[in-house]
Amino acid sequence: MSDAVHPHGGHGHHDDHHDDHSHGSFGSYMIGFGLSVILTAIPFWLVMSGTLGDPQLTGFVIMAFAAVQVIVHMIYFLHMNTRVEGGWSFMAMMLTIVLVVITFAGSMWVMYHMNTNMMPHADMEMVGEMSASHDMNAMANMSEMP
Amino acid sequence: MSSATATTEPRAYHLPEEPHLHEGHSTMLGFWMYLMSDCLIFAILFATYAVLGGNFAGGPGPKDLFDLPLIALNTAMLLFSSITYGFAMLAMEKNKVSATQGWLFVTLLFGGAFLFIELYEFSHLIHEGAGPWRSAFLSAFFTLVGTHGLHVTFGSIWLITLMVQVAKKGLIPANKRRLMCLSLFWHFLDVIWIGVFTFVYLMGVLR
Repeated sequence: MSDAVHPHGGHGHHDDHHDDHSHGSFGSYMIGFGLSVILTAIPFWLVMSGTLGDPQLTGFVIMAFAAVQVIVHMIYFLHMNTRVEGGWSFMAMMLTIVLVVITFAGSMWVMYHMNTNMMPHADMEMVGEMSASHDMNAMANMSEMP
Repeated sequence: MSSATATTEPRAYHLPEEPHLHEGHSTMLGFWMYLMSDCLIFAILFATYAVLGGNFAGGPGPKDLFDLPLIALNTAMLLFSSITYGFAMLAMEKNKVSATQGWLFVTLLFGGAFLFIELYEFSHLIHEGAGPWRSAFLSAFFTLVGTHGLHVTFGSIWLITLMVQVAKKGLIPANKRRLMCLSLFWHFLDVIWIGVFTFVYLMGVLR
């Protein structure tokens, strides 16, 4: 990392960080930018070329890239750390992340169960439990339909 | 009371003076709080899209509609605008007014290019009959991506406002503070866009 700083950073790299409002340096911005370009280009390339073949695997990989890129942006562009504003910014961000996860995962969870239970699944359940797994697949296909 | 010695101070149970915190000392934290609540708005829109994204109502799906090279170009525009805003902040710290203004203007151009491409995409979709009224998927799509675009629009207006302010008053502390707030806002929008291009466009084409 530090090697990457020197060609760009030059003399401006040794800025004094006199307060906790760290604004970053030319070098840190360039590191963030370089990482962002890489972390953006790879997912686009994976999807457009279909190199990995399996869409589900590709999906997981690009989500992982997105998560890493969000952290890169937070550190190098938004200058987030645990010390800004005496730690309150970090606390607010953590609370937000918790709320985002609850909102998102909760919505997905509730709607998944609604989709499986609101279909005419209950009638078929009377036929027998043995075909339940088969029904689930059928339901999954039906929910794709308009 | 009169019996007290001259050296005894009168007892005071309040601070003799209100503590003088410098003006705008809590602005950055307050603005961060705003960004976090804005983040919740986007979380809800993302969740809505996640729930409704598969309901095509017999209409076109993501594979038929999304043009990934165009989205890649759009992503590049926003990423470039992020780094140029970073350069503007570095110039601002060194009190270089013209360099700050120059980088802000470059940022504005990239932001404008992003908006132009997005509007082109939207008009193209609507022209194809894939407007927000077509299906729940498209309603959720236009709401999510449109809200982000609206944020970029207002960010651009704010950017122009601040350029005028800096031109008139120079890099006074108040203007520096405002530029730092917009910096957070602008980079925050780029973070949201990471979620949009990954979750909406790339995942949409994959499914």
